[in-house]
Amino acid sequence: MLDAAQAGESVLLIAPTGGGKTLAGFLPSLVDLASDPRPGLHTLYVSPLKALATDIARNLTRPVQQMGLPITIEARTGDTPANRRARQKAAPPHMLLTTPESLEVLISLPDAPEFFGSLACIVMDEVHALAGTKRGDQLALGVSRLRTLAPKARRIGLSATVAHPDAIQAYTGATRRIEVADGAPPDITITMPEGRLSWSGHMGLEAAPQVMARIREAGMTIVFVNTRAQAELMFQALWKLNDSTLPIALHHGSLEVEQRRKVEAAMAAGSLRAVVATSSLDLGIDWGGVDQVIQVGAPKGVSRLLQRVGRANHRMDEASKAILVPANRFEVLECEAAILGAGARELDGDPPRPGGLDVLAQHLLALACSAPFLPDEIYAEITSAAPYAGVTRAVFDDVLGFVEDGGYALKAYDQWKKLFRDSEGRMHVRNARTAAALRMNIGTIVEASVLKVKLTGKRGFGPTLGEVEEYFVNMLRPGDTFMFAGRLLRFIRVREMACECMEGGDGEPMVPAYAGGRLPLTTNLADRVRGLLQAPEKWDLFPEQVRDWLRLQRGVSRLPGRNDLLIETFPRGDRWYLVAYCFEGRNAHQTLGMLVTKRMERAGFAPLGFVATDYVLGVWSANQPHNVARLFDEDMLGDDLEDWMAESSLLKRTFRNVAVIAGLIQRNLPGAEKNRKQVTVNSDLIYDVLRRHQPDHILLRATRADAASGLIDAGRIAAMLARVKGHIVHMVLSRVSPLAVPVLLEIGRESVRTDTDEDSLLAEAEAIIAEATGVAEPPVPMVHRANMARRSTGAQKTLLPRRQKQPDLFS
Amino acid sequence: MSAAAPIHLAGERLMLDPMGAMFWPAQGLLAVSDLHLEKGSSFARKGMLLPPWDTHNTIDRLTLLLRRWSPEVVVALGDSFHDATGSGRLPATEQQRLNAMTGAHRFIWVQGNHDPAAPEGLGGEWVETYTAGPVVFRHQAITAADPGEIVGHHHPKATVPARAGSVSRPCFVVDGRRLMMPAFGAYTGGLDVRDPAIHRLFPRGGRVFLLGKDRLFSFEIGRGAALRIA
Repeated sequence: MLDAAQAGESVLLIAPTGGGKTLAGFLPSLVDLASDPRPGLHTLYVSPLKALATDIARNLTRPVQQMGLPITIEARTGDTPANRRARQKAAPPHMLLTTPESLEVLISLPDAPEFFGSLACIVMDEVHALAGTKRGDQLALGVSRLRTLAPKARRIGLSATVAHPDAIQAYTGATRRIEVADGAPPDITITMPEGRLSWSGHMGLEAAPQVMARIREAGMTIVFVNTRAQAELMFQALWKLNDSTLPIALHHGSLEVEQRRKVEAAMAAGSLRAVVATSSLDLGIDWGGVDQVIQVGAPKGVSRLLQRVGRANHRMDEASKAILVPANRFEVLECEAAILGAGARELDGDPPRPGGLDVLAQHLLALACSAPFLPDEIYAEITSAAPYAGVTRAVFDDVLGFVEDGGYALKAYDQWKKLFRDSEGRMHVRNARTAAALRMNIGTIVEASVLKVKLTGKRGFGPTLGEVEEYFVNMLRPGDTFMFAGRLLRFIRVREMACECMEGGDGEPMVPAYAGGRLPLTTNLADRVRGLLQAPEKWDLFPEQVRDWLRLQRGVSRLPGRNDLLIETFPRGDRWYLVAYCFEGRNAHQTLGMLVTKRMERAGFAPLGFVATDYVLGVWSANQPHNVARLFDEDMLGDDLEDWMAESSLLKRTFRNVAVIAGLIQRNLPGAEKNRKQVTVNSDLIYDVLRRHQPDHILLRATRADAASGLIDAGRIAAMLARVKGHIVHMVLSRVSPLAVPVLLEIGRESVRTDTDEDSLLAEAEAIIAEATGVAEPPVPMVHRANMARRSTGAQKTLLPRRQKQPDLFS
Repeated sequence: MSAAAPIHLAGERLMLDPMGAMFWPAQGLLAVSDLHLEKGSSFARKGMLLPPWDTHNTIDRLTLLLRRWSPEVVVALGDSFHDATGSGRLPATEQQRLNAMTGAHRFIWVQGNHDPAAPEGLGGEWVETYTAGPVVFRHQAITAADPGEIVGHHHPKATVPARAGSVSRPCFVVDGRRLMMPAFGAYTGGLDVRDPAIHRLFPRGGRVFLLGKDRLFSFEIGRGAALRIA
């Protein structure tokens, strides 16, 4: 690193977690400043986590003071008080530790050129977690600006081991790459719950006794799970078994920040025995002292598994210890495949996608707020950032046009333009108010509409525990019990954007679920799972139950191959089931489910619904599907996909984010800071109007691009359809096959919205009430809304196939 | 053809249209509420450059309704413009379309809180409240009003738990004494009927009619506090 520093080179340092990367990033700057102390900002450090910036500032300050070095170090995040921010502007520290958002705010200030002029070094930490995300896009654009303001500044990227080092290097703009070899390979084993292995379900609570036993044996354990709901449930399950009241804590992203910081501090102090955590602990400072990691539920990807495993035993020379706990049979396959993949260091993850145009729009306004600019110069500048290298001038001009006046075909807002051009073609921001509004809205994280969870007691308000999504609260009735922050709570009411609750409560508790809580199975891991299925000689790895299951499958049907697509159809009750073993992850299967049911409808098979898991797609219909290979033809990605996407609620959700980031909808208006989280207009209504009048508007294009690479996962479907073309194997069976049992059990348990047509959902709810109250048609007599909620959940069972007893063949 | 739902209010039979309008056959009267015309340009002034077609879109839908019901009287139940100067910002073509309507029908603009003064350059009558037979049209409800009040203002919407989550839609609220209309404007969001501001106006409970593509979806709501729950 020091060599590269002396050569003035920009470097990407790739090292496994625990390698002391962060310190390495600062070393050259400390050496430089110690030998040649000078005023002005010298080193800028950007991390995805506020907490990381603050912690590192603290951890660096101590040794620097002890050594008596004349170096000032400060953090600047959204939490930094205004007076300190003002002081930092007047007298910049030598080293400033910040986040992509706070960097963008600094860039939007008129004195950005002076502030950053002296910059010698930019350190980007946890690059692997930023590249390919909108926050990463923002950082890349910010750094492209710094390259103009401080051309001599070196860039240092710090990254964990990744599947696409070239792409990460391009992202950081480094000319040299240093890769630190991995330490001892991790020691990963599998632990099964006792007794029968679950057919389906993802919580893994049956294994709580085994997890508890492991916690007792070790000093400090992190129990990683996949969703916040699972974290709450596992935490409860462990405490039920925690006879010796070991200190076991809970950590997930919906909990109050203070609460999370408390848990982290307790971990660092070594006063905890275990933490049940979600991806909220994937990143961040090294806790040290973690003896083992337990992953409950499928790991979903090799890179993610290694990242989590790396949390244990942060010493290079010793193997990290990890235990995988599969929650069902398919997850046993996935866990074994992941261990093989980890052994082979077969990392996964897609190369970073192109930068978001919404982020670019925000950046262009930020630049104008700092100083007037010439579009030609800025086009050259932004295309020097890797995520935006492919932006054509036409697209750039459309984005700029959007920032300027909305970019509408109907030129309606001449008098309210945000930017105006002077006679030399420079773009100026319209007024100080526009600039103030921009600075209040900088950032790329758009939260779902959430409510604070407040505890109330006899003496009024207690603490705020965290946040839950609004739609979950909408489902609650007063007196309902739910599980949150490791407590059982009784819902009282909603008041002023807060969900008020009391400790306690009885009855079956509900658990808040969060949109996007689950990551889909990666392509690599899916490929390994298929490989394992095709290699009976490796089945010795599996427990007896799993081997029997696979052998039975081979006997009555066949096993999915590595390069074909197995589709089974069979009758059950009064309907037909179609199960496709695609192994392409939940998101892709959901999209595929929409498209396939559409085709089945046209073919007259009368599809009734579908369910998507990470492994398979299951569809049920009134008529027997035939000629099924035709249903999975490659051409389904054309018009059908377009039509469906346009109407899809996924697209509306994506549009909301794009509209907020691009500044079409402002979360915060000057003078109304208090209503922080209220988006002021309904984005669905705007989407409808815009789509009708200007379907090719730049924000709609940005929305489609986002959705296609995200929730819809169109690329993955396309790759699969191409791969299996001509290799679709259709098995017509007389009854359910062993491999299909898990998905049949999933039906009725999973609430996949099989139909985006909300009208039909409303009609259904209305009809159910009518039926329940003995009136065939509305109007109906007085029905309590509470009953309605209960009735319509009951409906799930009547509309979906009856939950079956397990077929005799397996008992 | 979309299906309207009949209700009774103060002894009169009224038809609720799934587009969010009310037609009173005996009077040949069509009512819409909270058009919020020029809301887009109102936001543009504050720095949010929303798509500028909201007024066009609202007038398109109003045109459709007039064709469907051929009313003699049209009542715009307040907040017809998003702000006091909204009518001055109307694009010329939209102003012409509105004036064609005010010329062809008896057109009544009821005063709202967003539009405290008569619109500029438009025909029609400007009133604080409008009375027809036993029915009073007023923008904001009066708690102690006599039975037969038709109001807007709150932009009521309701959330119905359904299979796979819940569905939220603008809705009518009615209890036999009072009818609250949903907002008709293209960019008008809504206030949940569980909010005290709405449910205190329906102390004995009532019925909501959620707007759908071709029809309304009807649900009972409980009295008093029961309205607060989903």
